[in-house]
Amino acid sequence: MSLYFTGEHEWIRVEGDVATIGISDHAQQALGDIVFAQVPEQGRSVNKGDEAAVVESVKAASDVYAPIAGEVIEGNPALADDPALINRDPEGEGWFFKMTLLDASELDGLMDEAAYREWVKTL
Amino acid sequence: MTEPTVTPLPQGLPLDAWHRAHNARMVAFAGYDMPVQYEGIIAEHLWTRSHAGLFDVSHMGQLLFHGPNLDRALETLLPGDLVSLKDGRLRYSMLLGEDGGIIDDLMATRRGEHFYLVVNGATKAGDIEQFAQRLPRACALDHMKQQALLALQGPEAAAALEALVPGVSALSFMQAGRFDWQAKPLWISRSGYTGEDGFEISVAARNVVALADALVADERVRPIGLGARDSLRLEAGLPLYGHDLDGATTPVMAGLTFAIGKRRRAEGGFAGALRILGEIENGPIVKRVGLAVEGRQPVREGARILDGEGIELGRITSGGHSPSLGRPIAMGYVASALAEPGNRLTIEQRGKIFAAEVTPMPFVPHRYHRQSGAPA
Repeated sequence: MSLYFTGEHEWIRVEGDVATIGISDHAQQALGDIVFAQVPEQGRSVNKGDEAAVVESVKAASDVYAPIAGEVIEGNPALADDPALINRDPEGEGWFFKMTLLDASELDGLMDEAAYREWVKTL
Repeated sequence: MTEPTVTPLPQGLPLDAWHRAHNARMVAFAGYDMPVQYEGIIAEHLWTRSHAGLFDVSHMGQLLFHGPNLDRALETLLPGDLVSLKDGRLRYSMLLGEDGGIIDDLMATRRGEHFYLVVNGATKAGDIEQFAQRLPRACALDHMKQQALLALQGPEAAAALEALVPGVSALSFMQAGRFDWQAKPLWISRSGYTGEDGFEISVAARNVVALADALVADERVRPIGLGARDSLRLEAGLPLYGHDLDGATTPVMAGLTFAIGKRRRAEGGFAGALRILGEIENGPIVKRVGLAVEGRQPVREGARILDGEGIELGRITSGGHSPSLGRPIAMGYVASALAEPGNRLTIEQRGKIFAAEVTPMPFVPHRYHRQSGAPA
């Protein structure tokens, strides 16, 4: 299992050829109280950089981008009724969606956990 | 190459360091660094509805007017009945343009020989210019920049403030008076912007840190940021200038006709009276409405209100998640014919369609402290 982060504060947990996507603890803190999340439908094909999910806090709406290309396997069904799960456990139970990993080389430009945590401190 | 734009640095308010010490997240608002939240908007919102919230609203303009026949002079620009306003009473009113559009909304208090107006922070400079140009020369105003302004709001506000300022709980809604706290003068009104019982406290900037400390030392009181201030006023159905009100909106369109006194309706004599009195008689073309939005996703300012054919009827002017109701609510403008409660509308936001229903406001009932039998 490997964990990667993007500059848009998304995390990607890779297990075999399945990637799980969510937003980082830093991102949920910056958003504040989350009141709505919309996750992509199963079977949807996304390109790297596509808008894949929506997250709304009390203050604002944000898009969550697909950090890699692939096909959506599953959206997190728990988020519809309990979007605050993203605040409580952003890098665990508050995941957004799982997708197939088509091209592992797309992970090359991403940060590992240590690099991401260091970078976030500079923001 | 584009011209460099010079953005003035946000100014610090008297409680700036105090907010930071209380872990506020600061944002630039109305030219000031302001606290948007401390522990979190929803928690702060619900705390205010159940206990007491302390808001720093020192960015607002506090104006003290001097001069002869001030009530009559101000009545040329404000549609409220100020002549009949008793000493120590306040009224919600609006500064109107000559076309009847709302330049700002405000609170006006008769304070002895003076009138004390509290106006919005983002509009205060323009308001001061308007008053200077449009009032008789003999009327002067003092912009009380040395005064900070706090609001203490919620069902426990009266008990918490009474503990520091004995006698203050005798005020009823829309009454104000001079009080002392530790030999420091305070001007306190029973009013606010949350729909709850509460107070607004004008205090010298040099004393505001001590007063804020004394208030939050009471376990019933917590500091509340601008984020919850916005969600509280939205639930209370109260419009926000620059969003739900602007220079193209009249008091009648905005549903604020209650602020135009009976005598003023009969006599006119205020800016835009011809248009406004016509709108009272014949109904405005558009009206501000409350909307209950289906689903969980908030619709926000700028979202389009559509009819069944996809024709734009109006726009959402404020919208968001209601922490008290646990669902999205909004305000917007639609043609008067479509403004009846129960009328169903469609809203479009970023390509997505939402169903909504016109709902009476406030969304959450007001709980003002009105004395039975006291005149409004």
